[in-house]
Amino acid sequence: MSYERRLEPLIRVEGLSRRYGAATVLDRLDLTIGHGEFLALLGRSGSGKTTLLRILAGLDRVEEGKVSVPRNAAVVFQESRLLPWKRVWENVALGLPGPDAHDRAMAALEEVGLGHRTHVWPLTLSGGEAQRVGIARALVRQPEFLMLDEPFASLDALTRLRMQAMVGELWRKHRCAVLLVTHDVDEALLLGDRAVVLEQGRIGMELQISLVRPRRQDDPDFVSTRRALLAALDVHDAV
Amino acid sequence: MLETTVERGTVIGGTRRPPRRALRLPTRTLRRLVSPLLILLLWQAASWTGLVSPQTLASPLRILSTATDLTRDGTLPENLLVSLARAGIGLAIAVVAGTGLALAAGLSRFGEEAIDAPMQMLRTLPALALVPLFILWFGIGELPKVALVALGSTIPIYLNLFKGIRSIDPKLLEMGRTLGLSRIQTVRQIVLPGALPDLLTGLRFSVGISWLMLVVAEQVNANSGIGHMMTDAEDFLRTDIILVGLLVYALLGLLSDQMVRTLERILLAWQPVRARGPR
Repeated sequence: MSYERRLEPLIRVEGLSRRYGAATVLDRLDLTIGHGEFLALLGRSGSGKTTLLRILAGLDRVEEGKVSVPRNAAVVFQESRLLPWKRVWENVALGLPGPDAHDRAMAALEEVGLGHRTHVWPLTLSGGEAQRVGIARALVRQPEFLMLDEPFASLDALTRLRMQAMVGELWRKHRCAVLLVTHDVDEALLLGDRAVVLEQGRIGMELQISLVRPRRQDDPDFVSTRRALLAALDVHDAV
Repeated sequence: MLETTVERGTVIGGTRRPPRRALRLPTRTLRRLVSPLLILLLWQAASWTGLVSPQTLASPLRILSTATDLTRDGTLPENLLVSLARAGIGLAIAVVAGTGLALAAGLSRFGEEAIDAPMQMLRTLPALALVPLFILWFGIGELPKVALVALGSTIPIYLNLFKGIRSIDPKLLEMGRTLGLSRIQTVRQIVLPGALPDLLTGLRFSVGISWLMLVVAEQVNANSGIGHMMTDAEDFLRTDIILVGLLVYALLGLLSDQMVRTLERILLAWQPVRARGPR
């Protein structure tokens, strides 16, 4: 890939608006994500994060504005959305073309640390395991663009920390562009190259996160960046 | 902490638990058998003492010997085979028709508009009320009986499968879209397996209904089958034969229900046990 091509953003959103009746969920939004960039999208409930992700994922139509997304994109949902009647590896291999689908699914599951659970039924998995299957199902397609919709929101704190580290590691290896929708400031700072805060359908603030990786929450630089981000979000007490 | 370890050790090792369960289960089964056995005993006693005449109700022992006789002289096996064939063919037609109609209605708008309204109307019609019409149309051969079984058992299969197809979790369908599944892949991988539990529930209702239809069809007009054997016995006040017929119907119902349950256990192995259909 040439240097010029790398500068060209992979995902481009221009003047995107979305209205449901009188409510404006997205308001002439402009956003770009570069090749291999990890973008954390923050915002309160109802700020339009999920709507934006659904449009980027092709689940909702573009009514106003322009959106360009690579065809090879994958989504990890908040609930793992596994097919309960297919074994774990079959869920990962779902829709994969070619005779090596099984091997690729097994490799992807190995990568997320589930090499020992490949043949069980999804309903026997823990929440964290199910979410890892969801990640394997996305990664096995070697996406250029990976969307994560609050993937750790329903996990317990310890599992969440482990999963965040794992996603960071996988991203370092696969180098796909990532859009992480979250409402967790720490999560955004741990993983993102850039944090974008969505407010009433527009970008309220944007912060380049240049902390060295792997990041630690007790690093003084992390603490000061966190303070800056929270201040920008108008939260002053919770530091 | 210690407690957890001990408990886990028991479960994994499985040395202490199974014997205890093996001991408890038979006693409970035995306890449940006590009252039916007592009723049989009282019934037999009432017959012996002449309290109940054989024209009113044959004794259990008499029923047993009649069943043996009927089996020996071939009456029971012959009629049973005829009844089984009627129920089997009718049910097979119902499965094919009900599944086909539900797929057509569930998977396309046009299909729903064309099929669902007539099926919902048919549902409200008591199928047994069609007996006179079916006799006029199809005579008194096999056709009206098989047709009645088929019609009656198509409805639950259609209704349940249609509902199953329409109540597939839209989140799973969305997931399929993000994976780029084709329409055929979506139907095969998501819609059909997702609706399978409902299809099996429908099948269970259908099996029950098919026996009901058969009983009526065979008693109203027939010259073979278990129902015919029973109506024939009525003319000779043979309550023992009638009761053998009832027993056979009960056993057939029990067996066929068990077959559907086994089918469920195999096809729905992915479900946690408690989530499966009503026991």
